[in-house]
Amino acid sequence: MTSIRRRSVATLATGMAVALTLAACGGGDSDNNNAEEPGGGDADCTAYEKYGDLSGTTVSVYTSIIAPEDQPHIDSYKPFEDCTGATINYEGSKEFEAQLLVKLQAGSAPDIAYIPQPGLLKTIVESYPDQIVEASAGTMANVEQYYAASWKEYGTVEDTFYAAPLGANVKSFVWYSPQMFNDAGYEIPQTWDELLALSDQIVADHGAEGVKPWCAGIGSGDATGWPATDWLEDVMLRTAGFESYDAWSKGELKFSDPEVQAALTEVGKILKNPDYVNGGLGDVSSIATTEFQDAGLPILETGLCYMHRQASFYAANWPEGTDVSPEGDVFAFYFPGVSEDARPILGGGEFVAAFSDRPEVAAFQEFLASPEWANAKAIATPNGGWVTANSGLDPNNLVSEIDKLSFQLLSDTSQEFGFDASDLMPAAVGQGAFWTEMTAWIAEDKADDAVLTAIDAAWPN
Amino acid sequence: MSTSTPQAPIPATPGKLVDRLDARAGRTRSTLSTKLASGFALLIAVVWTIPTFGLLITSFRPDGEIKTSGWWTWFTSPSITLENYAEVLTGSRFQLSTFFVNSFVITIPSVVIPITLALLAAYAFAWIDFKGRNILFVAVFALQVVPIQVTLIPLLTQYVKWGLNQTFWTVWLSHSIFALPLAIFLLHNFMKDIPRELVEAARVDGAGHVKIFFRVLLPLLVPAIASFAIFQFLWVWNDLLVALTFAGGQQNVAPLTVRLADLAGTRGQDWYLLAAGAFVSMVVPVIVFLALQRYFVRGLLAGSVKG
Repeated sequence: MTSIRRRSVATLATGMAVALTLAACGGGDSDNNNAEEPGGGDADCTAYEKYGDLSGTTVSVYTSIIAPEDQPHIDSYKPFEDCTGATINYEGSKEFEAQLLVKLQAGSAPDIAYIPQPGLLKTIVESYPDQIVEASAGTMANVEQYYAASWKEYGTVEDTFYAAPLGANVKSFVWYSPQMFNDAGYEIPQTWDELLALSDQIVADHGAEGVKPWCAGIGSGDATGWPATDWLEDVMLRTAGFESYDAWSKGELKFSDPEVQAALTEVGKILKNPDYVNGGLGDVSSIATTEFQDAGLPILETGLCYMHRQASFYAANWPEGTDVSPEGDVFAFYFPGVSEDARPILGGGEFVAAFSDRPEVAAFQEFLASPEWANAKAIATPNGGWVTANSGLDPNNLVSEIDKLSFQLLSDTSQEFGFDASDLMPAAVGQGAFWTEMTAWIAEDKADDAVLTAIDAAWPN
Repeated sequence: MSTSTPQAPIPATPGKLVDRLDARAGRTRSTLSTKLASGFALLIAVVWTIPTFGLLITSFRPDGEIKTSGWWTWFTSPSITLENYAEVLTGSRFQLSTFFVNSFVITIPSVVIPITLALLAAYAFAWIDFKGRNILFVAVFALQVVPIQVTLIPLLTQYVKWGLNQTFWTVWLSHSIFALPLAIFLLHNFMKDIPRELVEAARVDGAGHVKIFFRVLLPLLVPAIASFAIFQFLWVWNDLLVALTFAGGQQNVAPLTVRLADLAGTRGQDWYLLAAGAFVSMVVPVIVFLALQRYFVRGLLAGSVKG
């Protein structure tokens, strides 16, 4: 009813021509939504019977996932909407982190929010304990059944389980060109030492042509520095082991402790080695000024760079039409561990928190943790670029090779999964000093000790 | 009769003033029209325009080239594509026209409401004697120093209580609130400048407040109204903060700026679209500015300095 009133105001205010456009595009939108219904719309509702009849109810979802990645999310809710009768109202914003807190403070919380950092979840639980609600029993059951125990822990604050994992991404990847590797006769390295040996090999074979083994970029607007923190986390997970990594992410192990120092030294062997970087982009300091979205492109564009360490989601940054597969233009190999058997994974993901205990909200939260949703989402993502740690996902529903590889790594329960430590640390460190000090480490050639001490100093007491 | 007496000195003072201003303008004109000064002005104009020009070229380059080389390399290897514009206009799950319409629906009332209210308030402050007028006017004037950021959360809390959240009302009301102090101040000073004799003559002829306002003052106020309308239009059209905070990102209320902010994609992978997006959103403000610019120059100083 408000929308009818709004339309008439629009008509009055902007005249006939505009009103016609409004009517035309309004109609077009709803047609699109109906037409783009994913496969199996009303096929089988048995898995949804437990949610009961939710006709006439609406659940609002607020996320940081925006176009074009939002459409697959909206499509993936279709089976739930069709079977239960509920309506899901999706809203994405790039300003999610700031706006969610504004909404919470003003008392207009969404029903469901996809929180990309466990650190933010902790802040919300501590600051707005009356607004966030515990995960429903069904959600808890799904998470316990389909996710590794560590994932449940990331959605838990002070022994209360709030948020179920949703999507996931794998950060332990090195992007490369299979063709360039073939031409030069290079093998994919299986250990950290082999990786460094391969880098030396590339310098020896092609260094004279201006080729560098690595290209990197850590520029990302006001989040500049995060790709460098991923480097340190990835190496830390390998050289110090999961126990130390876990303690480090919780603040029990300081940045200035020897384990972190050793890891930073290893990262420096690549990122601060003028022979190794920065292929096609400049010298070591150009890492700080290159936008992370563009940093891997020399592999494809100029061939002046052989390897680029970046997460699975980097697949979206290759120009349109790039064949991302083991035999294609570019692909990624697992960022090797210290030995062939130790293959820990660094990754990230979103978590579904609820701010209302209405039955439809609880049901939707449960649905998002279920294999039905995971598979619907995989089917609704025809171009790939999405994966989850939900073990109920049928890998055959994933289309892209990199997603399949990511899922294979995520579902290998024999290996440790380390959640992106900077997302677990308090914001002053994880979204502050850790970023800026790593940037200074590269841009100003700041000494290892000074960098680590400065990050420690930023840790809130 | 009574009007003729004070008229005698009036032409004298402005006459001298005009002469002096004319002389000064003449001197300035001759200083500015030397070759050196013209060259300098041209240089500033070129330097000022280069970034916009680069943005224009970038908006037509293919995405692979935007990501790997600067726009100036376009001159040596020119290639043009309209794909960026196609992507901006039709690429999202919403038609861009939806956001255009939302922007108009937000902007037009946000310009009309404060101007209407400010005209009435300014008339009262200028021509109606009432107790506490000066204190009230100073209070309104002082409100200009309140930064809008500190009002966001209290206002939003209030809107949520009233159930207005995520509707156009929140944006209209907020923009009106933020614009009123300046609008009242500018229009009041302009109205004060209108010779008292005009208003008194109308009053002698039997005109009431309403008639004076519409018949006498309003035609004289057109340049001031137009110039403030341009200011307010550009400010509201380009606003992201107020719209995002109060209306949110829902497609039925979100303006063009919200769409533009999200254009680069979840992880910024589509940032090459921003140049094209900037030009699309620039179209309307440029049209408005060109259409109203003759008032703009005339009205720019209106009311801001009291003669």
